Parts: sequence; C-alpha cells; structure tokens
Amino acid sequence: MSELQLKDLYDGFRDPDVIKALAQTITNEAKQLKEPLKIMEVCGGHTHTIMKYGLKQLLPDNIDFIHGPGCPVCIMPKERIDHAIALAQIEDAILLTLGDMIRVPGSTSSLALERAKGRDIRALYSPLDAIKIALENPDKKVIFFAIGFETTTPMTAALLEQVEKQGITNLYFHINHVLVPPAVDAIMADGQAKINAFIGPAHVSVISGAKIYQPLPKMYHAPVVVSGFEPIDVLQSILMIVRQKNEDRCEMEIQYSRSVTLEGNTKAQEMIAKFMEPREHFRWRGIGDIPHSALGLREQYAAYDAENIFADILPTEPIDDHKLCICGTILKGLAKPNDCKVFGTACTPNNPMGSCMVSSEGACNAYYRYGEV
Amino acid sequence: MCLSIPSKVVEVDENNMATVDTMGIKRHVSLDLMADEINIGDYILIHVGFAMNKIDEEEALQSLEVYREMLEAMEEQERRQVIESDDNCDSRGTV
Repeated sequence: MSELQLKDLYDGFRDPDVIKALAQTITNEAKQLKEPLKIMEVCGGHTHTIMKYGLKQLLPDNIDFIHGPGCPVCIMPKERIDHAIALAQIEDAILLTLGDMIRVPGSTSSLALERAKGRDIRALYSPLDAIKIALENPDKKVIFFAIGFETTTPMTAALLEQVEKQGITNLYFHINHVLVPPAVDAIMADGQAKINAFIGPAHVSVISGAKIYQPLPKMYHAPVVVSGFEPIDVLQSILMIVRQKNEDRCEMEIQYSRSVTLEGNTKAQEMIAKFMEPREHFRWRGIGDIPHSALGLREQYAAYDAENIFADILPTEPIDDHKLCICGTILKGLAKPNDCKVFGTACTPNNPMGSCMVSSEGACNAYYRYGEV
Repeated sequence: MCLSIPSKVVEVDENNMATVDTMGIKRHVSLDLMADEINIGDYILIHVGFAMNKIDEEEALQSLEVYREMLEAMEEQERRQVIESDDNCDSRGTV
C-alpha cells in the first residue's frame, strides 16, 4: 500500500467519480428496499454535507433525509441565550463563547447586539485562549459560555484543568454541553418522525466512541452507521444502511473507521467525568425538557460555576420561540426548512429569527445557502 | 461546530503543543486530550484548538483502496457494456 498524503484525506473522500459510482450503486440496490428509507442524520455537519454536495438529488426517491437535532447552537432555548446576555451585561464582565453563538437571538437581544452596544463579548478560536484573557484582565470577571455536543465538551474540561492548575480565580464557566443519545431517544419516543435508520455523528463519536449508539438498533429497529463528514463518507454510509435493510440486518456499523473506534477517546472521557456530571433536566429548543441530556459542573467546582455564582441575575422561566418560527418542529424531524412561512423572507442568515438559520450546521442555514432539496 | 480538519503534525514542543499543517496553513494546537504520544508526521483531527484523535492511516488507505476498486469494477462493467452493444449491433458490417 502506498503512503498516505494529507491531501488524500480531503480529495480522496470527495472524488466526483467515486460519488457518482456510489450514488449509482445505491440507486441499483435501493430498488430492492421493502419500504422507503427515512434516514435521520443526527448531526448538523452531515446536513451541511448533504446540502452542499446535493446528495439528495443523486439518490432515488425512496431515500429521504430527516434532519436531526445535532446543532448545538440550534437547540439552545431562548432562556439560555438570555443567560449569556445577562452575563455579558455584568459591569466588569468579559463574555467569551464560540462562533455562531454570538448571532443567535434571545428573547429581546442577542450577543451581537449587546456587543454593538459596547459590551465586551468575544468569540474564541479555542477555549484555551480564555486563559490569556483572564490573566490579562485580573480585575474583570471573565465568563466562558461553553456550548457544544460531546465533540466540544472535552476542550472545556481541558480548560478547567488548566484553570485549576494555574490557580486562575477570575474565570467562570456557564456550561451548556449537551448529549446526543438522550436527544435521539426523545425524538424516537415522540414517534412522529417515522425514522427507520440513522447516520451517526462523526466527531461526537471520535470522543465518545461508537459504543454510545449500540442500544439504538435493537431499541428502534433502525440501523446506525457512524459516518465521516465528507460526501463519500455519507454516501458509503447510506449504501451500508441500504445493504443492512436488504439483508434484514439491523446493526451499529462504523463507516468512519479512520477516526472512530468503539471506545473513543478515553482520556477525553475521563477529563469530562472529572469536572462534569449529567444534569437532572435540560430544556431543548422545540423538543422540551430531556432528562440527563446535558452536563453541568460537579458540586466541588461550584466556585467556577457561573450559573451558581451569578444565579441572582439569570432568568429561570422557559421562553418559547417566535410563533412563526418552526425551528422546534424541524429539530424534531417533523418539518423541513421550506415548510416554514418565514424561511428566506423574514428569516435569513443575515437577519435570523430562529437558531436553525444562524449556524452553518442548522438545517435552515444549509437550505438557504445551498438551495432547497 | 463539530467539523474538524485533518492536519499533519510538523512539530511537537515541551508544552504539549503541536504545530500542524492544515492544507498549507500552520496552526498551534494543544495535545492535552491525547493519551498516546503524537509524533511528527502523524495525521490528527483538530477541533477548536485541540487535537481530538490520531487518524488511523491504515484504515484511511483501506477505504481509499475500496473506492479505487469500486471505480475499476464499474469501468470494467461499462467497457463490457460497450463491447456487448457493439457485438449486438444490427448494422455491424453493413456500414
């Protein structure tokens, strides 16, 4: 075997000839399917790939995608965004977060609007940058508003470890790390989405290991294939699902074998467990309360916990979405972005009404950017 | 949020940081989440300033090999179809 080049990891999984060949093979083999496939791609990264490469258009009509809730910005309920805004309004605070969070509308404002009003709000490239900011601003309260699924959680844990090690006392954490399996369970328990196969998240699985999906095939009679994010990865995963269906198998398989193992990154898992534990409750936009679906800081780290320290100023009441926004229904897999009355008109990436239009992993944003399926 | 870019390690320093090449762009990333030793030349996935895992080169090569074989098989099939349609051509020898 020849030696692997860095460009092979990109080009090798985007080769147009292979994309065509896989689509053709899927089309041939899907003729034998006994029932139409309704595949939920749990992760917004896969939604993005499907839209960007027009994969739906390459596949037969009996294969449909149901876009899942795996977009950390999208699932954040308005009251949590209001938390971020309230924290940013503290007089001597610097609020730090990642990427798209800045533009998500809360009940009356957004972090972007607050920043325009002069609040010190910064988007980080890496959580580790928070250390430098905290050290450079010893008289400020630096608050890291941490978001993300299993993929991004260990980086927050690694930051906590550094903060503890270096004895930093002016850096606080508002933890919004959420978990994939409870969300999938909630959608399946609802039962309306009629999902009969799953494409499992790529990088969540790099951290947690594919083992977290092992109960799914039996529980829901639906194959799970853990897939990489490149177009060839997604098509190969669909072919693996079609073959499972045609051979009457229902299993968890790993397509993304170059990066995912059954066990995952155990060091990262241990780091997370050291600092965080499941919350009793966490409310998801559209889906509602899902027990044990998110992490919070452990009791012994309460001194770092912004939700504990600034509890007085954080709103506690749930806040519903704008009544025209159907992000919630989309996140439950019951509607597509073009079913929404305000899609592309009152709600656009530049002026988003709902969270699914903000993030590049949001279904509405992907539909707007790459055209309707 | 969960996207992550394959990168090649070009340097590892004493602070457990690596310099990586991401398609020609140099970046510094933390190796704090890595259990195994990371060496120069390894391929890793980067996410928000951290290495998340080491990419299994053998698995990657095997996948690429599967795709190459699939393409060859399809080309072979296409060639056969062209030959067959030529064999069955009614106008053979008449034009």
